[in-house]
Amino acid sequence: MKKPIPWLLSAPALCLFATLLITPLLLTAVLSFNGFDYATGVKEGEYTLAQYTHLFSDSYYLGIFWRTFWVAGLTTLICMVVGAPQAYVLSRMGSPWRSILLLVVLAPLLVSVVVRAFGWSMLLGPEGLINQALMALGLGRVKLLYTEAAVVIALVHVMLPFMVIPVWTSLQKLDPSVEHAAASLQASPFSIVRRIVLPQVMPGILSGSLIVFGLSASSFAIPGLLGGRRLKMVATIVYDEYLHELNWPQGAAVALTLLVANLIVMLSYNRLVERRYQKALG
Amino acid sequence: MSTTATSPAQAPSGSGRIPGKNGPLALLFNALVVSFMLAPLLIVCVVAFTPENTLTLPRHGLSLRWFKAVFEHPDFVSSFWNSLWLALGSATLSTVLAVPAGLALTRYTFRGRELINALFLSPLIIPHLVLGVALLRLSSLVGAAGSFGFLLLAHALVVTPYVLRLVLASLVGFDRSIEQAALSLGASPWRSFVRVTLPMILPGVSGGWLLAFINSFDEVTLSIFVTSPSTVTLPVRMYMYATESIDPLMAAVSALMVGLTAVAMLVLDRLYGLDKVLVGGHR
Repeated sequence: MKKPIPWLLSAPALCLFATLLITPLLLTAVLSFNGFDYATGVKEGEYTLAQYTHLFSDSYYLGIFWRTFWVAGLTTLICMVVGAPQAYVLSRMGSPWRSILLLVVLAPLLVSVVVRAFGWSMLLGPEGLINQALMALGLGRVKLLYTEAAVVIALVHVMLPFMVIPVWTSLQKLDPSVEHAAASLQASPFSIVRRIVLPQVMPGILSGSLIVFGLSASSFAIPGLLGGRRLKMVATIVYDEYLHELNWPQGAAVALTLLVANLIVMLSYNRLVERRYQKALG
Repeated sequence: MSTTATSPAQAPSGSGRIPGKNGPLALLFNALVVSFMLAPLLIVCVVAFTPENTLTLPRHGLSLRWFKAVFEHPDFVSSFWNSLWLALGSATLSTVLAVPAGLALTRYTFRGRELINALFLSPLIIPHLVLGVALLRLSSLVGAAGSFGFLLLAHALVVTPYVLRLVLASLVGFDRSIEQAALSLGASPWRSFVRVTLPMILPGVSGGWLLAFINSFDEVTLSIFVTSPSTVTLPVRMYMYATESIDPLMAAVSALMVGLTAVAMLVLDRLYGLDKVLVGGHR
């Protein structure tokens, strides 16, 4: 090696990442192909595709994957529709409200997700504030807690900052004089947003939705606390396989399928939007 | 608007809409989003003061009984200390790893640099769920399942990217002339690092440390797989408690977590600037 210094400097971190990131991921990949039966446990040295064939043929697993992906997709869509306009509205505020409200929107990011899930379970529960308000309005009780709706609401709460941050960052690069020019040329506010602001913040919305989708699809505490025992998502069945069923190979197969499916969705979405985006810009 | 063509500087003043001003609808939308973001945190903090036995809003005065109950609950107290030591240890370890790694990544061009950069930031992209089950497998193979030391290393792994990002941000655009002056005056490389470089990147390093601390303290998905009954962290304890029973004790613990996070945010703001940490100039 010609230049040992950078390698020496990054060696301590590399050791940690090699032993605690690369090694366990490879071990888990191997584990997902190991044989298993409930009496003897994992059969080391014996390889099978049983976990994966089980996963892709059992409607139980397929249903959970489907639910996880539509919940994550819906969460991403709502975050786009709410987060991007919110970032735009914030960017047009004067100081000090601009920075205060930006922090209010982003700061929940630093509060433990368990706390936020618990807060939502109080709001959405049968005796929660939302149902009390609905009762007071004479609309009657709605079952929210332990439904997909509760999971999506709480996921949007957790993920919204991840959408606001990249959109906000790309809005900072926007030149306000272009908007001024458009307004002076009689462009309506709507067409200014559609034809000037939106194309420029598209990369921000794209990267935000990738982060939101990836994190939502693999989220654990929110479906665990707001989906209840019956409404399973991929992360909660991985937990069940590992800690209740003790069927580690099956759990490993589910977890790795989630990782790969996530990567495929992200990469294809990225390519699709990028191509359209390039076409739009000529 | 007929005169605006000749004076573009004043152009927008005549039009109905001035870019940069929010209309009433936009402000209403903003108010709704802000209340949506605050609602679950506020409800937790209010309900924590309830004198009742159930999760209800305090209608008949406020009470600290549930906070007292938290401090008398041995499981929550021991989990709090576990989480605190874990966060202190993993934030410190990740900082010790990330600073030299950041130096290597910003000051040298070498083969594999991009790859190493991507590797060090990858825990941000790989789901903690996947890391959790992977680390559970490793820890059981090496006989370290549920040990505090293994948990500490695992947390150091997932919080390193947070420190690294802020370290990289403070090293990019770093003026090296002062360092070179120190070296030309006969300072050893180590001395010039400790006396010149480190003080200059200290806001980034300490901000990164605190961000790592907060993230380790809050982490639940990975921890739930790699903790044992004696090393259960506070968020894991809360998760397990919330799945079994729901009483105001949980609200009190949550309110304490919110309070602690608020304090950490104030410190983080002083050290590095909260907006810079959250929005992040470097991504």
